[in-house]
Amino acid sequence: MNIDVNKVASLARIRLTDAESAELGPQLSNILSYIDKLQQVDTAGVDATAHPHDAAMPLRPDVVTNANRREALLSNAPNIDSGLFVVPKVIE
Amino acid sequence: MSWEVIIGLEIHVQINTKTKAFCGCSTTFGAEPNTQTCPVCLGMPGQLPVLNSEAVQKSILTGLAICGQINLASKFDRKNYFYPDLPKGYQITQFAVPLVEHGHIDIRVGDTEKRIGITRIHMEEDAGKSMHEGLDGVSHIDLNRSGVPLMEIVSEPDMRSADEAIAYLKQLHQLVRFLDVSGANMEKGQFRCDANVSVHQPGTPFGTRAELKNLNSFRFIRQAIDYEVNRQIELIEDGGEVVQETRLYDSAKGESRAMRSKEEAHDYRYFPEPDLPPLQVSEQEVASIRAAMPERPSQLRQRFENEYGLSAYDADVLSQTRELADYFEALVACHETDSKRCANWMANELLGRLKEQGCEIDHSPVTPRALAGLLDRIADDTISGKIAKDVLDAMVEGGESADAIIETKGLKQVTDSGTIDAIIDKIIAANPNQVAQYRGGKDKLFGFFVGQVMKASRGKANPAMVNQRLKNLLAGM
Repeated sequence: MNIDVNKVASLARIRLTDAESAELGPQLSNILSYIDKLQQVDTAGVDATAHPHDAAMPLRPDVVTNANRREALLSNAPNIDSGLFVVPKVIE
Repeated sequence: MSWEVIIGLEIHVQINTKTKAFCGCSTTFGAEPNTQTCPVCLGMPGQLPVLNSEAVQKSILTGLAICGQINLASKFDRKNYFYPDLPKGYQITQFAVPLVEHGHIDIRVGDTEKRIGITRIHMEEDAGKSMHEGLDGVSHIDLNRSGVPLMEIVSEPDMRSADEAIAYLKQLHQLVRFLDVSGANMEKGQFRCDANVSVHQPGTPFGTRAELKNLNSFRFIRQAIDYEVNRQIELIEDGGEVVQETRLYDSAKGESRAMRSKEEAHDYRYFPEPDLPPLQVSEQEVASIRAAMPERPSQLRQRFENEYGLSAYDADVLSQTRELADYFEALVACHETDSKRCANWMANELLGRLKEQGCEIDHSPVTPRALAGLLDRIADDTISGKIAKDVLDAMVEGGESADAIIETKGLKQVTDSGTIDAIIDKIIAANPNQVAQYRGGKDKLFGFFVGQVMKASRGKANPAMVNQRLKNLLAGM
């Protein structure tokens, strides 16, 4: 199976050089052909595995446990203004 | 050519939990930016989501109220896209197996009832807010809303007009408020609607649909749908073709424009959320949620008609919100003798006055007991209905009791026949021409005399007695 490596890169917001595309394309296609192999197994009548564990989802009571830690949480951001994250303009 | 309109709606309902879907951050509206965030809802690496049990219960309750099937095992998936208000780079949602499927609600447009199918209700998390206005080359991001729990309620493409779409939306809006699963405040973004709209010739396959995004008032939804229907019909009749796209309605300009032009933006690459095992709910849990289900609007309307003999219209008006219904029932409890009078006075008189003052029923200056006090005075003929309206004005204005206002303003109805006769005698003496005409057969003038007598008594004469005495005295008896 061939993969459009440039499309995948663009969806993941990763910029690739031509050389990288040329190298990664066949690698990804190889991985997918391995998946193709798995898909040859007859799984009719087998439930899809939703999760590798058997455990059911643990739930949490609806109680506020997190205090305001804005200063600490924003301290890693490259750009902030009045408690807001500042990012390059995103509107179309 | 006649076109048929096909509408399906996706509604995002914010679940009114105290905390977010997957972390213990508060959901209080209007807090300082980013003060209700934590490593989980900021998408920091290595954090694990833990689902809010209350959000699950409220989603199940909603599912039961729309007669849906509750999937005892449902799953969460990742919906991948890049936008700065979604810090993880994916939204946790339920794609493959939602919590609720195959529901419906019944709507009424005019005299026609119609069942609208609900394909599914799935749980997901909200994104943050980005702000662009007044900023140069940058956007500001507030992630307080990031991770707030939502239900997405997806309808079948069962609606055939903007009227039906609005009826469906209003019904659902009312339902989630009655169930107390959402504040559903549209201005606060707690109830948001996307509409899928297409047109086709009846008997042919559905046309290509356009998706109208983020419509946040009933009025705009109607306008946006009408605009889109006309746009598509004109396009097709001019030989063009509708493209599948997302469009944003601009309410100021009254038109929509295409957004997310890049096709690949729709490539969400869903895959199972590895951080969350399947959500399991037991039959018993579902049964106990069902057993505790509050009265639904449709049941309430029916009960108001059956129990209190209200017209369909009054029952509808008084069951619009839980608060209105509670007020009405408290009123009837204080004025048991005449529930129709209660309905009339509440729906036609009190609500109008409150609306003028921009006041909601739960902040009414006139309590149910106080309004009942006024109705008691109508019932025992202390005042007429007409005077009662003036008294109600004063009650809304000053918050005094009906009795106090009747007393201080001297509004007590005159029922003494001697006093009424005296007034009538004066009116007859003052209007000899009209009396002659009336006696000559011009019956219509009776209304004139009633008006004169009521005016002379400053509205206080008992109208029934005035009628009766006038008839006799004008006849010369």
